[in-house]
Amino acid sequence: MSLPRFRTERRELNAPLLRFLAPLLSVLVALFVAGFLLLAAGVDPAAAYLEIFRESVGSIYGLSETLVKATPLIFAGLGVSLAFRMQIWNIGAEGQIYIGAMAASGVALFSGIENHLLMLTCMLVAAFICGGLWAGVAGLLRVRWQVNEVIVTLLMNYIAILWTDYLLFGAWKDPKGFNFPLSAQFSDAARLGDYFNTRLHSGFFLALFCALLLYLLMERTVWGFEIKAIGSNPQAAQYAGMKTGPAIVLVLFLSGALAALAGFSEVAGLQHRLIHGISPGYGYTAIIIAWLARRSALGVVVVSFLMGILLVGGDSLQLTWQLPIAFIYAFQGLILFFLLAADFFLQYRIRRVAGGDA
Amino acid sequence: MKVTTRFAFFIVFLALALTGCNKQEEAVSTKTAEKPAPQAAEKQVKAGFVYVGPVGDGGWTYAHDQGRQAMEKLPFVKPSIFLESVHEGAEATRAITGLVNKGCNLVFTTSFGFMDATLEVAKKHPDTVFMHCSGYKTADNVGTYFGRMYQPRYLSGIIAGKMTKSNIIGYVGAFPIPEVIRGINAFALGVRSVNPKAVVKVVWTQTWFDPGVERDAADSLLDVGADVLTMHQDAPATLQAAEARGAYVIGYNSDMRKFAPNSFLTAPVWNWGALYTKVAAEVKDGTWKSRQIWWGMDKDLVRLAPLSDKVPADVKALVKEKTAAIVAGTLKPFAGPISGQDGKEVVAAGAVIADADLLGMNYFVAGVQGAIPK
Repeated sequence: MSLPRFRTERRELNAPLLRFLAPLLSVLVALFVAGFLLLAAGVDPAAAYLEIFRESVGSIYGLSETLVKATPLIFAGLGVSLAFRMQIWNIGAEGQIYIGAMAASGVALFSGIENHLLMLTCMLVAAFICGGLWAGVAGLLRVRWQVNEVIVTLLMNYIAILWTDYLLFGAWKDPKGFNFPLSAQFSDAARLGDYFNTRLHSGFFLALFCALLLYLLMERTVWGFEIKAIGSNPQAAQYAGMKTGPAIVLVLFLSGALAALAGFSEVAGLQHRLIHGISPGYGYTAIIIAWLARRSALGVVVVSFLMGILLVGGDSLQLTWQLPIAFIYAFQGLILFFLLAADFFLQYRIRRVAGGDA
Repeated sequence: MKVTTRFAFFIVFLALALTGCNKQEEAVSTKTAEKPAPQAAEKQVKAGFVYVGPVGDGGWTYAHDQGRQAMEKLPFVKPSIFLESVHEGAEATRAITGLVNKGCNLVFTTSFGFMDATLEVAKKHPDTVFMHCSGYKTADNVGTYFGRMYQPRYLSGIIAGKMTKSNIIGYVGAFPIPEVIRGINAFALGVRSVNPKAVVKVVWTQTWFDPGVERDAADSLLDVGADVLTMHQDAPATLQAAEARGAYVIGYNSDMRKFAPNSFLTAPVWNWGALYTKVAAEVKDGTWKSRQIWWGMDKDLVRLAPLSDKVPADVKALVKEKTAAIVAGTLKPFAGPISGQDGKEVVAAGAVIADADLLGMNYFVAGVQGAIPK
């Protein structure tokens, strides 16, 4: 007797409207299902969604906080999506954020530069280069010895995080900090400006600028075309005379450099010092963002913004209804799950096949 | 093509899993009890709490939440709001601002990592009173508070020193920061006061709340022969490890005996209600002033949980006597002579370590085996 078997197979869907509507629909379905969760917790779903909306985009303050939250996600999401474009799986954005934060902090703490613009430029360049080199290691290993970049980038995360802690518990510890794991506060020269008496800082606009730049690079240049070509068929690209090796290293360099800018913008724009746990998992969230954004630079901005709403709005559920944090995580997880599922079913169908063929 | 796309899905789910790892999913939470609004027209206190872990952690945050509930029983206190599992650092700014926007006129931030965020929000809301736990920065509307946990730690050390057979006592430390180091030193001084041959082995987990890592650390101490364990974390994982292997264990934060019914000896515990009710009353009367509160056993902010039946009567009597001496101020755990790990004297006989030095404590005393990362 054979059990029914299921097989996923690729579907050729040529419906741009559906492609566009699918994420929207999946959000609605997710909200609908999550509504039952809210009902079970004794909260009116309509009121809850209104509150999430109000708290995250309904006021200058809420909107600014959502953008603040989206900023590191945009940087890291751009980095990850660039690599994904080439079918290079950079799982190391988290570590690259730490490297960027560390490099920028090193400049801020020890360079002694007093000029505002020069200081910020040096911090930015340091973060960019260090993050790039950090990720570039994975590129070199991949090209030279065929080492899988997933493993390398993932494991290097732990090195980066522990390295940061090593400095914070040792050489970079604030001498006035009673031995706590944080660096001294940055001088005013090393802080990004903020706007409207909120925490919205120029890092956000830098992130938008990077997104635009990356978009133009990918869509309007030969280099961008090559990256996409190598991504969709490396053999054919090589056959066409494209140098895949250097391209892989360069893409990983840029990918890491972009993620590292998230670290720069967090320390220079928000924390104004290096602290233990500077990124609460932005680098991993960035992977989901890059995927949902279909690896498009402008899509990353939109999805990061939505993710910001989800995170900031989650707070408001706790604040207003005292829902436990586990509920918030479940709620956020549910919405992500539906988004990913919708994406999957756009590309695949599940077909029942006769059993016994395996 | 198909393979790579499938692989991509694998990557995304891996990312989901990794995102999940950074969160603390074991949160068990209770909702605030409904309470009728008080009638009085006098100033009402509406308090907000920012917690670093889930209220169901069974330890640090749980103890703060017990204090919050004790404070809520006061007639002039409106139902309070808390936010749990708030990330330390810049994330906290939004949480604290949210509490102020919800009308809180008294905000407690209950972890060291909330320090900068507390001061940042306080600057924008001069009419709200902020109390930051365990930090060192104050402002006109920001005070700090903490407790002399080293006092009951010392007492628990006496019990550990008496109970150990192998003369190896294990201590699962969180982060090598002064608060934790101070606790380890006080504990070791307590151990050595009754058992000069015993040593206290320290391992660091670099976590406040990660039951898996903490359990592994506790097991590693049991593996090297420790027969009494204690710890400085928010979760009771060390107690569960000791219970499973039949070693004695001393808890921390809250009375954790239900996690280790056969192994539990005692626990140095927080009684935040003593402080929260006092601060709320001050805010109501308008007598609150920014200051740094550091209360001890005399004010009942810190206690030793009732000793279990495993502790023999003579040890119980000894602890009772020493407790009275600490409350009376005649016994000071950090009174000299105290020597460092290298055997050199750090405090001369007759001298006592000053509070400022205790707050920045960065070395181990004799009897502690372990290293502080420098």
